Parts: sequence; C-alpha cells; structure tokens
Amino acid sequence: MEIPYTVNARKDTGLYNAKLGIWLFLASEVMLFGALFSAYILLRVGATPGTWPHGLLNVPLGTLNTIVLIVSSVTVVMAWASLKMKQFGKWRMYQGATLVCALIFLVIKSFEYNDKLTHYEVVTKEGDKFHVYDGHLVQEDKDKIVLHPSAHRLYTARAIAYGFGPEPAGAHAAADHGAKEHSDKHELITIQRSTIEHMENYGPKHHAYLAIYFTLTGLHALHVIGGAIVMAFFFGPGAKMWKTNPEQFTNRIEISGLFWHFVDLVWIFLFPVLYLL
Amino acid sequence: MSLKAFHIVFVLATLALTLFLTVWAYQEFARTQSSNHLTAAICAAVTSLMVLVYGRFFLKKLKHISYQ
Repeated sequence: MEIPYTVNARKDTGLYNAKLGIWLFLASEVMLFGALFSAYILLRVGATPGTWPHGLLNVPLGTLNTIVLIVSSVTVVMAWASLKMKQFGKWRMYQGATLVCALIFLVIKSFEYNDKLTHYEVVTKEGDKFHVYDGHLVQEDKDKIVLHPSAHRLYTARAIAYGFGPEPAGAHAAADHGAKEHSDKHELITIQRSTIEHMENYGPKHHAYLAIYFTLTGLHALHVIGGAIVMAFFFGPGAKMWKTNPEQFTNRIEISGLFWHFVDLVWIFLFPVLYLL
Repeated sequence: MSLKAFHIVFVLATLALTLFLTVWAYQEFARTQSSNHLTAAICAAVTSLMVLVYGRFFLKKLKHISYQ
C-alpha cells in the first residue's frame, strides 16, 4: 500500500502529511515545555527571598553548549539545503557534523550533571552544636568523607533551620562565616562519618531549583538523544532511500531538521532562564 | 512553514539571545569589575554581528528555496 502525500502537498492543508504531523507534534511540545517554564516561574516567584540560587550553574559550559547547539542548527539546515540542491556528499558532511554536535552537547551536559551529583550538603552534630558543610565529595571511606568547599551553594530549608541561611545572624553567622573561609582558601574539609546527621547530594530532591533544573534539562536532553537517533538512522541505513525516492528522503530530512530546530529553540530559552537570570 | 522559515525564526531568537548576553555580561562587569565579564560582553556583541552576517548569507544562499 502506498502512503499518500509523502512528497506532494495535500490540497486542503497545503502541506505534505509528515510536515503537518510534525507541526502538530511540535505544538504539543510547546505546551509541555510551556507548562514546565510556568512551573519554573511559579517556583522562583514563590521561593523564600534570597534562597533562589545565583551562579550555581557553570555559565561558560552552558555558553559552550549553546554555541554547539546553534552550530548544529546551521549544519542541519545546510544538510537539508544540500539535498535540495542534489548534493548528497555535502549532505553527509553536514549531517555528520550535526551528529557530532549532538554528542558534544550530551557529553558537556553529563559533566554538568556529574558536578551536581557529587556536590553535597552535610549536616553534622558535634556535642550539641550543628554544622552545615557544603562542597564536592573528593574522597570517602567507612570512617570519614572529604569535601572540597564550593564557591556557590544552595540554602535548603534544612540548612536554614539550622541557622545557615542567606542572611547570617548572631552565633550562626560566625559558623557560616567559618564555612566561607574554607571556601575562599580551597581547604579540604574532613568530616567523621560518626558526626554526620544528614548528607544529601545536589540531586533533584535536594531543592526546588534542582528539581526543575533536572526536569527541564533532562527532558531537553532526552529530546536531543531522540533527535540524534533519528538523524543517525538517516545518516546510516535510512540514507539508501536517496537512491529510490530522493524527494521523500529530502522531506524526511526537513522533518528531522524542524524537530532539531525546536529542540535548539527550547535551549535558547532555557539557557538564559537557568544560567543567567 | 518550511525549515527555511523556521531557521530564520531561530536566527532571530539567537540574535535576541546574543544581545541579551551582551547586556547581561556588561551589567555583571559593572557590578563586579571582572575583566572576564567585559570579555564576555565584547564576545557576545561580536557574535551578534556575526549572527546578522550569517542571516544575510543564509537568505542569499537559499533564495531559490520556498518558505512553505
């Protein structure tokens, strides 16, 4: 059975079917990401003053990832344009470059995730005094852990409850100041496991900011992976369609390019919202 | 809307981002006096110009391809 309107446009829609389909799909995607952006705004507006983090994410890495995705959008459109001009060799080059960009993006993202997942907030109790330490886990054994203090940290409800908040006051201020001194000197902090009351990494459950950060960027990364798989298929086994039905193949590349552009456009909004503002 | 038209929308969004980045980095420079932020602001401004030049190049290169 032949699938209709894979190459020529339907008279009533003015589009070939796959293009209509991808735009309907992208409309649903706008609603999905729109809802999550709204969630971000509501969480941020509703946060206790001074507790929403600034500078927690690595802006140079985020910028590099943004550049990588922008370049990939250029290569994806050039790949499609090459097919329109019947230059299959050039298409291969641009399609390959897009796949490399997708891979680079995911590798950089994984480094960012690793940075968050090895970042810990540790509450200790020594005598009747509580301390909150914050830093990257650099070493651990059954007796102790070693943290490298971080320049940027989050203030969780738990830390604030122990008096380690964004606006230090009284005796707690001195303790917090002590923690900052550690941070300035880049001295490692050794903590005995027996004194640890609570220890949690900067995963999604640690703070509302991290929850929405991982949800938004994780969903985006899944889209990148999905798009890359489809484009890898066209680059590999799917490319033989060029010999039998070049027009339909060109349309398929356009559809994957539209999806890729949407994914990149989402990042163009995500980057300033999460990293800069 | 074809990939060509969507790409133009994308280029405009990129231009808006680079302009925003220029302003953000300059404001950070004014606040912290960090030369890194000044360098970032200059780089973002230069990138804005590059995006504009690319936009013109793109329109010229793909002038025979439909927007639909």
